[in-house]
Amino acid sequence: MHSQNLKQEITPEKLYFSRRKFIALAGSLGVAAALAACGIRPQTETSTQSPVSATAAGSDPLTPYDTITHYNNFYEFAYDKESVAAKAADFVTTPWTVEVSGLVEKPLKISVSDLLKSFPAEERIYRLRCVEGWSMVIPWNGFSLNKLLSLVTILPEARYVKFTTLDDPTVFPNESDTFFTWPYTEGLRLDEAQHDLTLLATGLYGKPLPPQDGAPIRLVVPWKYGFKSIKSIQKIELVSEQPATFWNNSAPDEYGFYSNVNPDVPHPRWSQATERRIGELERRPTLQFNGYADQVASLYAGMDLKVNY
Amino acid sequence: MSSTRNYHFPQWILHAAALLPGIILAFYTLFGHPINPIQTLERRSGDIALVLLLTSLACTPLRILTRQSLFSRLRRPLGLYAFAYAALHFLLFIGLDYGFQLKEAIRQLIQNVYLWAGLAALLILLALALTSSKRSQMVLKKNWQRLHRLVYLAGLLVVLHFGLSVKGSFFQLRGQIQWPLIALIVLLVLLAIRLPIFRRRFSSKK
Repeated sequence: MHSQNLKQEITPEKLYFSRRKFIALAGSLGVAAALAACGIRPQTETSTQSPVSATAAGSDPLTPYDTITHYNNFYEFAYDKESVAAKAADFVTTPWTVEVSGLVEKPLKISVSDLLKSFPAEERIYRLRCVEGWSMVIPWNGFSLNKLLSLVTILPEARYVKFTTLDDPTVFPNESDTFFTWPYTEGLRLDEAQHDLTLLATGLYGKPLPPQDGAPIRLVVPWKYGFKSIKSIQKIELVSEQPATFWNNSAPDEYGFYSNVNPDVPHPRWSQATERRIGELERRPTLQFNGYADQVASLYAGMDLKVNY
Repeated sequence: MSSTRNYHFPQWILHAAALLPGIILAFYTLFGHPINPIQTLERRSGDIALVLLLTSLACTPLRILTRQSLFSRLRRPLGLYAFAYAALHFLLFIGLDYGFQLKEAIRQLIQNVYLWAGLAALLILLALALTSSKRSQMVLKKNWQRLHRLVYLAGLLVVLHFGLSVKGSFFQLRGQIQWPLIALIVLLVLLAIRLPIFRRRFSSKK
């Protein structure tokens, strides 16, 4: 009995292959009670057939927790993906306050713990496609960004959302590297930000986000290349003009504002036609909008995606 | 012109030093559980090839500075090892990464300038490796030296390949460019020492 518990602690991801077991675990942790208290019922077997989960990642197996947490592009800490985890280990992310401001009626400053009380985390299994040509399947926990945006009453002039992380070289050592423009910023068009798939993630595999994965709160936009999904967000601003983004500043001809996953638009360094799923040997074809075309293609109707890359 | 000192240098030290990074890389790939082993192999084999090429290119400047003929004898084996790692780097790309799916690999090649630079450098190194023997030197006579001066061009192409392969903009000095930039500076210093104006200064000192 004891050894069984221990085993579960070591390899909790195994639980996630079964939704039923997840619900059981959530219940045992009192999460279900918390959800019920907020008038939100935990997802049941049938609700996994909802558009979000059903098409989220198909039947692809999940990438192991250990891989997701030891292969990170988090340039504030290190440029080598496999050394980020160790360098981020001392990154303190509690308490953490997120500010929502700009073209809104009711600007807001809210702690991540209060956010989670207002919007209990749900599980979203998304594919993550890195611009470098590798991909993972990640069970995030979080809530739609739109829920947070609905709290502040957006003014009609607002057309874009700008995200900014912490600007502090004592916390993020590479922010003193002058070859980049810090802090990391990202942006979405307002309708992209309000799309239900656009997630503010606070956890993965049912655990709080570890520092190297963007604790305590990060963006996840599954139909765009991974770098759009900014980590450790501190400020969310509603703005009228398209905001500058970190990678757009670094190499404008390579990283456009939209950066939608698109196998037909090559990057100057990487043909984007194929990708390697981490853990697999052979490359697999990359899907339009990373496989989320059904849900998001309409956002770009009439746009030339080769120009608006 | 000036007398050169001559040490006996056991060649096995050079072979061991040149093979060691490859052995470490192989062990790390097999037993170190890299998360994306193919990317690790590709990048690190390229790093090793670049360092060996720069080391080979450092031999002549070191000989000029130290008047130590030992360095001349290290130049060829180091250059051949640089070619071997570059060839391995290329084979990993085409064979392991693209599973010999030539169509896909060629599409990559056409779309990416940095791959042209890398391939051009590899072809130069191949030509130099094929003509590296004493016999070729005698057969080609003056043309041999002309041909082997292309190694400078190969060095520049490799640095360009590296600089364009990292994220950012190498020419605008934006992005993750420290290491390619350091390689470029090392290469330019090594080339500068060979220029007649420097060469004369060093050899005229005594």
